[in-house]
Amino acid sequence: MEATLTSKDFASDQDVRWCPGCGDYTILKQVQSVMPDLGIPRENIVFVAGIGCSSRFPYYMNTYGMHTIHGRAPAIATGLKISRPDLSIWMITGDGDALSIGGNHIIHALRRNVDMNILLFNNEIYGLTKGQYSPTSRPGSVTKSTPMGSLDHPFNPLSLALGADAGFVARAMDRDPKHLNQMLLRSAQHEGTSFLEIYQNCVVFNDGTFDLYTDKVSRPGSALYLEHEKPMIFGENRDKGVRLDGLRPEVVTLGDGVSQEDLWIHDEHDAVKAYILSRFFAVGNEDGFPRPFGVLFESKRPAYDKQVAAQMAAAKTRHGAPDLDALLKGNETWTVA
Amino acid sequence: MSHPQITRETATIRFAGDSGDGMQLTGSQFTNTTALLGNDLSTFPDFPAEIRAPAGTVAGVSGFQIQFGSRAIHSPGDSCDVLVVMNAAALKANIKHLRTGGIIIANLDGFGKKDLSLARYKAEADPLLEVQTTGYTVVPVDVTKLTRASLVDSGLTVKDIDRCKNMFVLGIVYWLYSRSMDPTIDFLSKKFAKKPDLANANIKALKDGYTYGNATQLFSERYMLEPARIESGTYRNITGNEATVLAITAAGQTSKLPVFLGSYPITPASDILHGLSKMKHFGVTTFQAEDEIAAVTSAIGAAYGGSLALTTSSGPGIALKTEAITLAMMYELPLVIINVQRAGPSTGMPTKTEQADLLQAVYGRAGESPIVVLAAASPADCFDVTYQACQIALEHMIPVMMLSDGYIANGAEPWRFPNSDTLPPIHVSFAKPRKEDDEPFMPYSRNEAFVRPWAIPGTKGLEHRIGGLEKEHGTGNISYDSDNHQIMTTMRENKRNAVADRLPLLQMEEGEPTGDLLVIGWGGTLGSIKQAVMETRALGHKVSQIHLRQLAPFPKNLGEILGGFKNILVPEINSGQLVRLLRDQYHVPAKGFNRVRGIPFTVEELKNAFINEVN
Repeated sequence: MEATLTSKDFASDQDVRWCPGCGDYTILKQVQSVMPDLGIPRENIVFVAGIGCSSRFPYYMNTYGMHTIHGRAPAIATGLKISRPDLSIWMITGDGDALSIGGNHIIHALRRNVDMNILLFNNEIYGLTKGQYSPTSRPGSVTKSTPMGSLDHPFNPLSLALGADAGFVARAMDRDPKHLNQMLLRSAQHEGTSFLEIYQNCVVFNDGTFDLYTDKVSRPGSALYLEHEKPMIFGENRDKGVRLDGLRPEVVTLGDGVSQEDLWIHDEHDAVKAYILSRFFAVGNEDGFPRPFGVLFESKRPAYDKQVAAQMAAAKTRHGAPDLDALLKGNETWTVA
Repeated sequence: MSHPQITRETATIRFAGDSGDGMQLTGSQFTNTTALLGNDLSTFPDFPAEIRAPAGTVAGVSGFQIQFGSRAIHSPGDSCDVLVVMNAAALKANIKHLRTGGIIIANLDGFGKKDLSLARYKAEADPLLEVQTTGYTVVPVDVTKLTRASLVDSGLTVKDIDRCKNMFVLGIVYWLYSRSMDPTIDFLSKKFAKKPDLANANIKALKDGYTYGNATQLFSERYMLEPARIESGTYRNITGNEATVLAITAAGQTSKLPVFLGSYPITPASDILHGLSKMKHFGVTTFQAEDEIAAVTSAIGAAYGGSLALTTSSGPGIALKTEAITLAMMYELPLVIINVQRAGPSTGMPTKTEQADLLQAVYGRAGESPIVVLAAASPADCFDVTYQACQIALEHMIPVMMLSDGYIANGAEPWRFPNSDTLPPIHVSFAKPRKEDDEPFMPYSRNEAFVRPWAIPGTKGLEHRIGGLEKEHGTGNISYDSDNHQIMTTMRENKRNAVADRLPLLQMEEGEPTGDLLVIGWGGTLGSIKQAVMETRALGHKVSQIHLRQLAPFPKNLGEILGGFKNILVPEINSGQLVRLLRDQYHVPAKGFNRVRGIPFTVEELKNAFINEVN
């Protein structure tokens, strides 16, 4: 009988080298705490990361791990999972790693739907290279490389993931560990690629960029926690909701003839509505819409690695036992005496 | 009528036509039939990168040359005895390849006004008459008209009938060289098994072409070649890319590992991806990645998981993979990288051959990044060298780059294929599970050949992390210690160099271990150099030849062999790459003989160069 593992069993013996106060610490803690709940032997878990602050993550997990090269973790994880479907693969990446240098790999990983969990730590800045703007930085961001403000239009990571036909798209934040824990569990349970964006505070180069959503005081009025088949309600007094007029969302105040029954009931399996939710993205909620957290979308598309394995099995059935000598000989030979 | 049948020792034929005329298929059918008749042979497909360049233009001409004979054949031939041209552009592009007095079989229907204009001949020109007056024999054949007449009752459309023209011509050439039509008839029956009307039409065109050859007054004689007196055994015909596919599949079987290929389509390497995608029942997984980088990195992921992992590409793709190859070197994981070289730089000439990626293979990475570099010397040799690349990668936990090239990848030769029992064993042992109280696992501990253990996920107690950051000797933990970096850098270099200890010593390819001139080649130039050395030696010159398959590390006795010669000449299809490595490592006054024209060396130019050196 195996001893039950605890979160401590998943901590490696290496010193964690993130800045004091970095949002990565809470994420690491939640990942380590969710691991025992998965019931997967430690040796069957592999953390794969690219390059950047977040990508040092595998070194701190007492599992198998690969710290790879900038942007390429999705492809490395894909090769590993296709060749070893028995493993549980966790890919750790950041906004620069996943959406800039690794943009191509991330969209292809999502469309293929290899069974793995992608955790994208979004802090809207380059940390390890010391403070340049990232592909998720807000326009006008004054950074080391944009002294007059960034001109780049940022990516909306969840719209991008939905556009790439991701099978599981969710958002969480470092400062709500309980919700983050639930989202990690949901990611793990999903078969296929799960894409979890985690708002993560960079205390040195972009401190407070998500305060509107993560600060305990402002959070209720600005963050919308999604629950499947539940109406969309938010607000300090839970008096606000989102209503759908056709495909046009609107924020309404409950009471005054508007009841919970009138609100948009979240359906995780509706891709069109998930896309509408992902567009609640205005800086500082200037459009009046709250920022959604939780599972925006989940589909049951078959996982790529399962399909690869099925083709391999079908080929073996069709051809029978492999015969290397017959292969080397080919169809036509001649003999020289 | 009966034609006198002349016996020849060797013959060279070149088929040339528009890209859409099916010349590659015609050439490969002739090759296959010739192989089955027991002739030794060497082929050279020569085609444009465009799938269908503008019809009728010189840019759209596709050629296929084969030399075959009753003796050992080492090259596809400097010039051909018979040139088949399907249109005026094919004549214009290929007349330079025909030997003086050679025969031109010309499709007259490809020499109309429009064809002449597309080929940029003057309107009033009669190119066939012109070449005839310069000493060539022209055999004009109304191929289009004759094929249409042959298939008038086939029920096919004119378009489909015209697609059988190449079989009519092949029939003529089969007759001329006394070949059996049976292998091609078999091939056509299988290829068009689901379209019997097309099969029947192609077969009829082939047979009618053969009959036409016999009936026409245009040929004064026909030829035959006895089977080749080559090493006894059972042979098959094979191209370099096919041999590479078989070697990878075989290495998977002997190592008992699943095979994983991550690849992205690129000329001239794509056929390896195509071939391996049909080997699923041998446990081969192929993954067509989104780009070259994903192709190699997916393979690295599979290598960590315990697969025999490979990536295939050509020079420009290898450039993209460079950072990842360095990572695999740093991880010290087995990885086989196959580079089917093409003429560069940049997009260069994708369907033409070159040997200009040697320095890229040996040195082209960030930092001190030693990997093993091997090169195949001929189509069949791609089997042995690819197999060896897999063996070294797996047993030494190191990336191995196997250099092939467009010429040997697409070229064919007879192959005395091995029995699977005779393949060298590949020894792979994964690190064993560890119990709680055992010594801590040291992922970067090493054996006497500096090789670290391969610990794959799923093995209890061996959980460890690998990365591109410098690692502490033994533990593999991140280390920025200066002395440790020196140790690890030296260790990785020693590990690569230790591969030479296990490899056989280099043998003389031709000639004695001392003499007036040593010729050193590598890669696909073996055949041409060998033939030229043999012909130079036949003139009484003391010329010897070695041919390198191991480019990094070099064979251990290379320095000793170099010491036996004052003059060293290194022919390469580049501007001088191996010659630099030799001068650098052995301080020898080696000279280069270099051409970069996208085509193999001719025997003649090599022979002249050798004679020039010894006189």
